[in-house]
Amino acid sequence: MRRIAFLPVVLFVVLAGFFGYRLLLIQRGDSPSFIPSVMVNKPAPDFQLPPVFAGTPGFSSAAFKGRVTLVNFFASWCIPCRSEHALLSGLKGQGFQLVGVDYKDKPEAVKAWLAREGNPYDVLVADENGQTGINFGVYGVPESYLIDKQGRIRFKQTGPFTPEAIEKDLLPKVAELNK
Amino acid sequence: MKKPALILAALIGLYSLQIAPALAVQPDEMLSNPKLEARARAIGKQLRCLVCQNESIDDSDADLAHDLRLLVRQRLLAGDTDAQVKQYLVDRYGDYVLLKPPFNADTLVLWLGPAGFFLLAVGGAVLFYRGRRAGGGEAAPVLSEDESKRAKALLDTDGEGDKA
Repeated sequence: MRRIAFLPVVLFVVLAGFFGYRLLLIQRGDSPSFIPSVMVNKPAPDFQLPPVFAGTPGFSSAAFKGRVTLVNFFASWCIPCRSEHALLSGLKGQGFQLVGVDYKDKPEAVKAWLAREGNPYDVLVADENGQTGINFGVYGVPESYLIDKQGRIRFKQTGPFTPEAIEKDLLPKVAELNK
Repeated sequence: MKKPALILAALIGLYSLQIAPALAVQPDEMLSNPKLEARARAIGKQLRCLVCQNESIDDSDADLAHDLRLLVRQRLLAGDTDAQVKQYLVDRYGDYVLLKPPFNADTLVLWLGPAGFFLLAVGGAVLFYRGRRAGGGEAAPVLSEDESKRAKALLDTDGEGDKA
Protein backbone atom coordinates (compact mmCIF):
# COMPACT_ATOMS: atom_id res chain seq x y z
CA MET A 1 0.00 0.00 0.00
CA ARG A 2 2.82 2.35 0.82
CA ARG A 3 4.40 1.63 -2.54
CA ILE A 4 1.14 2.26 -4.37
CA ALA A 5 1.08 5.75 -2.92
CA PHE A 6 4.12 6.58 -5.03
CA LEU A 7 2.49 5.47 -8.25
CA PRO A 8 1.04 8.90 -9.17
CA VAL A 9 4.44 10.47 -8.54
CA VAL A 10 6.13 7.90 -10.75
CA LEU A 11 3.56 8.45 -13.50
CA PHE A 12 4.03 12.18 -13.22
CA VAL A 13 7.80 11.88 -13.50
CA VAL A 14 7.50 9.60 -16.56
CA LEU A 15 5.09 11.98 -18.31
CA ALA A 16 7.08 15.08 -17.36
CA GLY A 17 10.21 13.37 -18.66
CA PHE A 18 8.52 12.57 -21.94
CA PHE A 19 7.18 16.11 -22.42
CA GLY A 20 10.50 17.59 -21.35
CA TYR A 21 12.33 15.45 -23.89
CA ARG A 22 10.04 16.64 -26.70
CA LEU A 23 10.52 20.26 -25.63
CA LEU A 24 14.25 19.76 -25.62
CA LEU A 25 14.09 18.43 -29.19
CA ILE A 26 12.16 21.52 -30.28
CA GLN A 27 14.71 23.74 -28.59
CA ARG A 28 17.44 21.95 -30.53
CA GLY A 29 15.67 22.97 -33.72
CA ASP A 30 13.64 19.80 -34.26
CA SER A 31 10.40 21.30 -35.51
CA PRO A 32 7.19 19.67 -34.26
CA SER A 33 5.67 20.18 -37.71
CA PHE A 34 8.41 18.09 -39.33
CA ILE A 35 7.04 14.96 -40.96
CA PRO A 36 9.52 12.11 -41.42
CA SER A 37 9.59 10.91 -45.01
CA VAL A 38 8.53 7.40 -45.89
CA MET A 39 10.14 7.79 -49.30
CA VAL A 40 13.73 7.43 -48.10
CA ASN A 41 15.23 4.10 -49.26
CA LYS A 42 12.43 3.65 -51.77
CA PRO A 43 12.86 3.98 -55.53
CA ALA A 44 12.25 7.54 -56.72
CA PRO A 45 8.86 7.90 -58.40
CA ASP A 46 8.66 7.79 -62.19
CA PHE A 47 8.30 11.16 -63.80
CA GLN A 48 9.08 13.14 -66.89
CA LEU A 49 9.18 16.92 -66.64
CA PRO A 50 9.64 19.61 -69.29
CA PRO A 51 12.47 22.16 -69.07
CA VAL A 52 11.89 25.68 -67.80
CA PHE A 53 14.07 27.15 -70.52
CA ALA A 54 13.04 26.16 -74.04
CA GLY A 55 15.85 24.39 -75.87
CA THR A 56 17.43 22.90 -72.72
CA PRO A 57 16.86 19.24 -71.86
CA GLY A 58 13.99 18.10 -69.68
CA PHE A 59 14.44 15.38 -67.11
CA SER A 60 12.93 11.96 -66.52
CA SER A 61 13.50 9.48 -63.72
CA ALA A 62 15.34 7.21 -66.18
CA ALA A 63 18.24 9.71 -66.07
CA PHE A 64 18.95 8.84 -62.41
CA LYS A 65 20.78 5.71 -63.57
CA GLY A 66 24.53 5.88 -63.25
CA ARG A 67 24.81 9.25 -61.50
CA VAL A 68 24.21 10.55 -58.03
CA THR A 69 21.52 13.22 -58.25
CA LEU A 70 20.19 15.85 -55.92
CA VAL A 71 16.63 16.83 -56.78
CA ASN A 72 15.82 20.22 -55.33
CA PHE A 73 12.17 21.30 -55.23
CA PHE A 74 11.99 25.08 -55.07
CA ALA A 75 9.90 28.01 -56.28
CA SER A 76 10.39 31.68 -56.94
CA TRP A 77 7.56 32.47 -54.48
CA CYS A 78 9.29 30.56 -51.69
CA ILE A 79 11.10 32.78 -49.20
CA PRO A 80 13.26 30.11 -47.47
CA CYS A 81 14.47 29.03 -50.92
CA ARG A 82 16.39 32.28 -51.15
CA SER A 83 18.69 31.50 -48.26
CA GLU A 84 19.29 28.07 -49.73
CA HIS A 85 19.93 29.31 -53.22
CA ALA A 86 23.34 30.83 -52.52
CA LEU A 87 24.47 27.60 -50.86
CA LEU A 88 23.38 25.52 -53.86
CA SER A 89 25.54 27.66 -56.13
CA GLY A 90 28.57 26.53 -54.12
CA LEU A 91 27.86 22.85 -54.69
CA LYS A 92 29.16 22.56 -58.26
CA GLY A 93 31.63 19.73 -58.78
CA GLN A 94 30.84 17.97 -55.51
CA GLY A 95 30.08 14.64 -57.16
CA PHE A 96 26.42 14.89 -58.07
CA GLN A 97 24.19 16.46 -60.66
CA LEU A 98 21.83 19.10 -59.33
CA VAL A 99 18.34 18.91 -60.77
CA GLY A 100 16.08 21.85 -59.94
CA VAL A 101 12.36 21.25 -59.97
CA ASP A 102 10.45 24.50 -60.14
CA TYR A 103 7.41 23.63 -58.06
CA LYS A 104 4.01 25.16 -58.90
CA ASP A 105 5.49 28.30 -60.34
CA LYS A 106 5.02 30.59 -63.32
CA PRO A 107 7.78 30.24 -65.95
CA GLU A 108 8.24 34.04 -66.23
CA ALA A 109 8.51 34.38 -62.45
CA VAL A 110 11.21 31.75 -62.08
CA LYS A 111 13.16 33.03 -65.09
CA ALA A 112 13.24 36.53 -63.61
CA TRP A 113 14.21 35.10 -60.22
CA LEU A 114 17.09 33.03 -61.62
CA ALA A 115 18.32 35.96 -63.71
CA ARG A 116 18.60 37.93 -60.47
CA GLU A 117 19.89 35.22 -58.12
CA GLY A 118 21.89 33.05 -60.53
CA ASN A 119 21.15 29.55 -61.78
CA PRO A 120 22.94 26.80 -59.83
CA TYR A 121 21.14 23.91 -61.56
CA ASP A 122 22.62 21.44 -64.04
CA VAL A 123 19.12 20.66 -65.24
CA LEU A 124 16.08 22.81 -64.57
CA VAL A 125 12.57 21.45 -65.07
CA ALA A 126 9.08 22.62 -64.16
CA ASP A 127 6.45 20.80 -62.12
CA GLU A 128 3.64 23.20 -62.82
CA ASN A 129 0.75 21.28 -61.28
CA GLY A 130 2.76 19.83 -58.40
CA GLN A 131 1.97 16.24 -59.36
CA THR A 132 5.59 15.09 -59.31
CA GLY A 133 6.01 16.86 -55.98
CA ILE A 134 3.16 14.85 -54.49
CA ASN A 135 4.69 11.63 -55.82
CA PHE A 136 7.92 12.50 -54.00
CA GLY A 137 5.98 13.33 -50.84
CA VAL A 138 6.73 17.06 -50.97
CA TYR A 139 4.64 19.07 -48.50
CA GLY A 140 6.44 22.39 -48.67
CA VAL A 141 9.32 23.94 -50.53
CA PRO A 142 12.25 23.76 -50.44
CA GLU A 143 12.74 20.02 -50.14
CA SER A 144 15.63 18.05 -51.59
CA TYR A 145 16.07 14.38 -52.34
CA LEU A 146 19.42 12.67 -52.82
CA ILE A 147 19.11 9.80 -55.27
CA ASP A 148 21.67 7.05 -55.80
CA LYS A 149 22.91 5.62 -59.08
CA GLN A 150 20.17 3.00 -59.07
CA GLY A 151 17.43 5.59 -58.79
CA ARG A 152 16.71 5.05 -55.10
CA ILE A 153 16.05 7.92 -52.69
CA ARG A 154 18.74 7.81 -50.01
CA PHE A 155 18.33 11.06 -48.11
CA LYS A 156 15.81 13.84 -47.79
CA GLN A 157 16.36 17.40 -46.65
CA THR A 158 13.08 18.95 -45.53
CA GLY A 159 13.29 22.71 -45.57
CA PRO A 160 16.27 24.74 -46.77
CA PHE A 161 19.81 23.40 -46.64
CA THR A 162 22.03 25.06 -44.07
CA PRO A 163 25.85 25.03 -44.23
CA GLU A 164 25.78 22.47 -41.36
CA ALA A 165 23.27 20.24 -43.14
CA ILE A 166 25.46 20.26 -46.26
CA GLU A 167 28.63 19.45 -44.30
CA LYS A 168 27.15 16.91 -41.93
CA ASP A 169 24.41 15.19 -43.96
CA LEU A 170 24.62 15.83 -47.67
CA LEU A 171 28.31 15.64 -48.60
CA PRO A 172 29.12 12.49 -46.55
CA LYS A 173 26.10 10.76 -48.12
CA VAL A 174 27.20 11.84 -51.60
CA ALA A 175 30.70 10.49 -50.96
CA GLU A 176 29.22 7.21 -49.75
CA LEU A 177 27.01 6.86 -52.83
CA ASN A 178 29.90 7.63 -55.17
CA LYS A 179 32.07 4.84 -53.73
CA MET B 1 -32.39 48.72 -25.17
CA LYS B 2 -31.48 45.67 -23.19
CA LYS B 3 -34.13 43.41 -24.62
CA PRO B 4 -33.25 43.79 -28.32
CA ALA B 5 -29.62 43.22 -27.46
CA LEU B 6 -30.48 40.00 -25.66
CA ILE B 7 -32.63 38.81 -28.53
CA LEU B 8 -29.85 39.61 -30.96
CA ALA B 9 -27.35 37.70 -28.86
CA ALA B 10 -29.72 34.74 -28.68
CA LEU B 11 -30.23 34.83 -32.44
CA ILE B 12 -26.49 34.93 -33.07
CA GLY B 13 -26.09 32.03 -30.66
CA LEU B 14 -28.79 30.03 -32.39
CA TYR B 15 -27.43 30.82 -35.82
CA SER B 16 -23.91 29.82 -34.93
CA LEU B 17 -25.22 26.38 -33.99
CA GLN B 18 -26.17 25.82 -37.59
CA ILE B 19 -22.90 26.89 -39.14
CA ALA B 20 -21.00 23.85 -40.30
CA PRO B 21 -17.22 24.19 -40.62
CA ALA B 22 -16.62 26.00 -43.87
CA LEU B 23 -15.60 23.66 -46.66
CA ALA B 24 -12.65 24.66 -48.76
CA VAL B 25 -13.75 22.44 -51.64
CA GLN B 26 -14.20 24.69 -54.65
CA PRO B 27 -17.00 24.19 -57.17
CA ASP B 28 -14.54 23.71 -60.02
CA GLU B 29 -12.88 20.84 -58.13
CA MET B 30 -16.08 18.86 -57.78
CA LEU B 31 -16.85 15.83 -59.86
CA SER B 32 -20.00 15.79 -61.95
CA ASN B 33 -20.82 12.30 -60.73
CA PRO B 34 -22.50 12.91 -57.34
CA LYS B 35 -21.70 9.41 -56.09
CA LEU B 36 -17.97 9.81 -56.79
CA GLU B 37 -18.01 13.32 -55.35
CA ALA B 38 -19.60 12.00 -52.14
CA ARG B 39 -16.87 9.38 -51.90
CA ALA B 40 -14.22 12.04 -52.54
CA ARG B 41 -15.70 14.13 -49.69
CA ALA B 42 -15.71 11.18 -47.34
CA ILE B 43 -12.06 10.44 -48.16
CA GLY B 44 -11.06 14.10 -48.02
CA LYS B 45 -12.35 14.39 -44.45
CA GLN B 46 -10.02 11.59 -43.39
CA LEU B 47 -6.87 13.01 -44.96
CA ARG B 48 -4.65 15.49 -43.21
CA CYS B 49 -3.52 18.64 -44.92
CA LEU B 50 0.25 18.36 -44.46
CA VAL B 51 0.77 22.11 -44.46
CA CYS B 52 -1.73 23.07 -41.75
CA GLN B 53 -1.54 19.64 -40.10
CA ASN B 54 -4.69 19.88 -37.99
CA GLU B 55 -7.15 20.34 -40.79
CA SER B 56 -8.46 17.83 -43.25
CA ILE B 57 -7.77 18.52 -46.91
CA ASP B 58 -11.48 19.30 -47.29
CA ASP B 59 -11.27 22.06 -44.68
CA SER B 60 -7.97 23.58 -45.71
CA ASP B 61 -7.39 26.43 -48.12
CA ALA B 62 -3.73 25.50 -48.55
CA ASP B 63 -2.50 24.99 -52.07
CA LEU B 64 -1.31 21.48 -51.32
CA ALA B 65 -4.76 20.57 -49.95
CA HIS B 66 -6.26 21.74 -53.24
CA ASP B 67 -3.80 19.55 -55.16
CA LEU B 68 -4.55 16.57 -52.94
CA ARG B 69 -8.31 17.03 -53.40
CA LEU B 70 -7.77 16.98 -57.14
CA LEU B 71 -5.59 13.90 -56.79
CA VAL B 72 -8.24 12.06 -54.76
CA ARG B 73 -10.80 12.76 -57.48
CA GLN B 74 -8.35 11.78 -60.20
CA ARG B 75 -7.72 8.43 -58.48
CA LEU B 76 -11.46 7.83 -58.03
CA LEU B 77 -12.08 8.53 -61.72
CA ALA B 78 -9.30 6.08 -62.53
CA GLY B 79 -11.34 3.43 -60.69
CA ASP B 80 -9.50 3.21 -57.35
CA THR B 81 -11.36 2.01 -54.28
CA ASP B 82 -11.48 4.31 -51.24
CA ALA B 83 -8.83 2.20 -49.54
CA GLN B 84 -6.57 2.39 -52.61
CA VAL B 85 -6.85 6.17 -52.74
CA LYS B 86 -5.84 6.45 -49.10
CA GLN B 87 -3.02 3.94 -49.57
CA TYR B 88 -1.75 5.98 -52.53
CA LEU B 89 -1.21 8.94 -50.21
CA VAL B 90 0.07 6.86 -47.30
CA ASP B 91 2.72 5.45 -49.68
CA ARG B 92 3.97 8.99 -50.29
CA TYR B 93 3.36 10.83 -47.05
CA GLY B 94 3.23 8.05 -44.46
CA ASP B 95 0.54 7.24 -41.91
CA TYR B 96 0.65 10.86 -40.82
CA VAL B 97 -1.55 11.82 -43.75
CA LEU B 98 -4.42 9.90 -42.15
CA LEU B 99 -6.27 11.93 -39.53
CA LYS B 100 -7.21 8.69 -37.78
CA PRO B 101 -3.95 6.87 -37.09
CA PRO B 102 -3.98 3.18 -38.00
CA PHE B 103 -3.42 0.55 -35.33
CA ASN B 104 0.13 -0.76 -35.76
CA ALA B 105 3.39 -1.19 -33.89
CA ASP B 106 4.22 2.52 -34.12
CA THR B 107 0.88 3.62 -32.69
CA LEU B 108 0.54 0.97 -29.98
CA VAL B 109 1.22 3.46 -27.18
CA LEU B 110 -1.19 5.93 -28.71
CA TRP B 111 -4.06 3.47 -28.92
CA LEU B 112 -3.45 1.45 -25.78
CA GLY B 113 -1.99 4.24 -23.61
CA PRO B 114 -5.30 5.68 -22.39
CA ALA B 115 -6.72 2.23 -21.58
CA GLY B 116 -3.45 1.40 -19.83
CA PHE B 117 -3.63 4.55 -17.71
CA PHE B 118 -7.27 3.80 -16.90
CA LEU B 119 -6.42 0.27 -15.77
CA LEU B 120 -3.54 1.59 -13.70
CA ALA B 121 -5.81 4.12 -12.05
CA VAL B 122 -8.55 1.56 -11.33
CA GLY B 123 -6.00 -0.95 -10.06
CA GLY B 124 -4.39 1.67 -7.88
CA ALA B 125 -7.74 2.73 -6.47
CA VAL B 126 -8.80 -0.85 -5.72
CA LEU B 127 -5.52 -1.61 -3.94
CA PHE B 128 -5.68 1.68 -2.05
CA TYR B 129 -9.21 1.18 -0.72
CA ARG B 130 -8.72 -2.50 0.01
CA GLY B 131 -5.59 -1.67 1.96
CA ARG B 132 -7.42 1.02 3.91
CA ARG B 133 -10.32 -1.23 4.79
CA ALA B 134 -8.13 -4.13 5.87
CA GLY B 135 -5.74 -1.96 7.83
CA GLY B 136 -8.50 0.32 9.19
CA GLY B 137 -9.25 -1.64 12.41
CA GLU B 138 -5.80 -1.66 13.85
CA ALA B 139 -4.72 1.66 12.45
CA ALA B 140 -7.41 3.73 14.19
CA PRO B 141 -5.97 4.29 17.68
CA VAL B 142 -8.18 3.74 20.66
CA LEU B 143 -7.54 6.20 23.47
CA SER B 144 -7.05 4.99 26.95
CA GLU B 145 -9.15 6.59 29.70
CA ASP B 146 -6.29 8.78 30.75
CA GLU B 147 -5.63 9.91 27.19
CA SER B 148 -9.25 10.77 26.50
CA LYS B 149 -9.37 12.85 29.66
CA ARG B 150 -6.31 14.79 28.50
CA ALA B 151 -7.77 15.20 25.04
CA LYS B 152 -11.00 16.52 26.46
CA ALA B 153 -9.10 18.93 28.64
CA LEU B 154 -7.11 20.15 25.67
CA LEU B 155 -10.25 20.64 23.57
CA ASP B 156 -11.95 22.52 26.38
CA THR B 157 -9.16 25.08 26.63
CA ASP B 158 -10.30 26.63 23.35
CA GLY B 159 -7.32 26.12 21.14
CA GLU B 160 -4.74 26.97 23.81
CA GLY B 161 -4.04 23.28 24.23
CA ASP B 162 -0.49 23.43 22.90
CA LYS B 163 0.53 25.57 25.83
CA ALA B 164 -0.85 23.22 28.43
